[in-house]
Amino acid sequence: MKKFRLTAQLLYTIVTNGYLYGFLSGKIYKGNLKYACVPGLNCYSCPGAVAACPIGALQALLNQKGFQVPFAALGFFFLFGSVLGRFVCGWLCPFGLVQDLLYKIPLFKKRKRLPFHRVLKYGKYAVLILLVCVGSMFLFGGFAKVPAFCKYLCPSGTLLGALPLLGANEALRSQAGGLFLWKLGILLAVILLSIKVFRPFCQYLCPLGAIYGWFNRFSLVQLHWDRERCVGCGACEKACPAALSLQEISRSPECIRCGKCAEACPKDCLRFTARPGFKSTESQSS
Amino acid sequence: MSFWRNSSRYAWAGGALAGVLFLGLGAAQGQFDVIWRKAVMICLECIGIG
Repeated sequence: MKKFRLTAQLLYTIVTNGYLYGFLSGKIYKGNLKYACVPGLNCYSCPGAVAACPIGALQALLNQKGFQVPFAALGFFFLFGSVLGRFVCGWLCPFGLVQDLLYKIPLFKKRKRLPFHRVLKYGKYAVLILLVCVGSMFLFGGFAKVPAFCKYLCPSGTLLGALPLLGANEALRSQAGGLFLWKLGILLAVILLSIKVFRPFCQYLCPLGAIYGWFNRFSLVQLHWDRERCVGCGACEKACPAALSLQEISRSPECIRCGKCAEACPKDCLRFTARPGFKSTESQSS
Repeated sequence: MSFWRNSSRYAWAGGALAGVLFLGLGAAQGQFDVIWRKAVMICLECIGIG
């Protein structure tokens, strides 16, 4: 399953960033596919991006004059979230793939979580509310509202958007200043932390993970626990990179459905299901 | 009781339907044009220039 997931992540990243001409020319794709959002965090200013970033789209709608409910962005969140939940994070998100690869580097002693995880895990909700929503509605740059999350935090935008664009486009490179250095600093911090801690951006900062996490409880794709076959060996909990308990696996907002628990189970009592009316871990254990 | 049990089992379908409804409402309000216009211009803020 490990290789299958890596293949899915790579394929998804290549397909959704498949505009190769953009990488060579330092320009971005301007076709009709950009009316739609991809499920994962994928900067639409990445030269290869063929569709829009859902968080960027939400901010673009909140950046408009006056307030309008951002139905289009909510539509994508509800659709992807209800079907997949945080399966998107584990199997599709390009920035998740980057963090997964960094975590494989055999440097530092690995940690599943940061100290104060119980508090820090709410950071992603703070980012969603304060930067993505409130920031985008009330923060101005000149006379225009700014997409605060993209501007001040998003390391995915720096990695997938800024660096390839600035590398290929000299005119843009000459304009990079203090803000770019700030964002580069954040990216470097996330990269370094990702070598030691499992997916720190996903666990503590990603607003998209905060949104999809809310759908984990009832999404179509779930990890099904066959309680009768379970011998309680704890192999799944040991394998879980997010250090979740068996009761939390799949339904917790922190579970990214990476499937490492299912892979580790010696009795095959954890498996992916995508069928309506399944019996989830929680309903079976109660 | 079975209605509530089944309704929670099929909540994902309700969520997906709400998603489709929201997409329709967004389309009716021209929100996809806003997304497209933002997505086809280099986002200077995203790359740390704006």
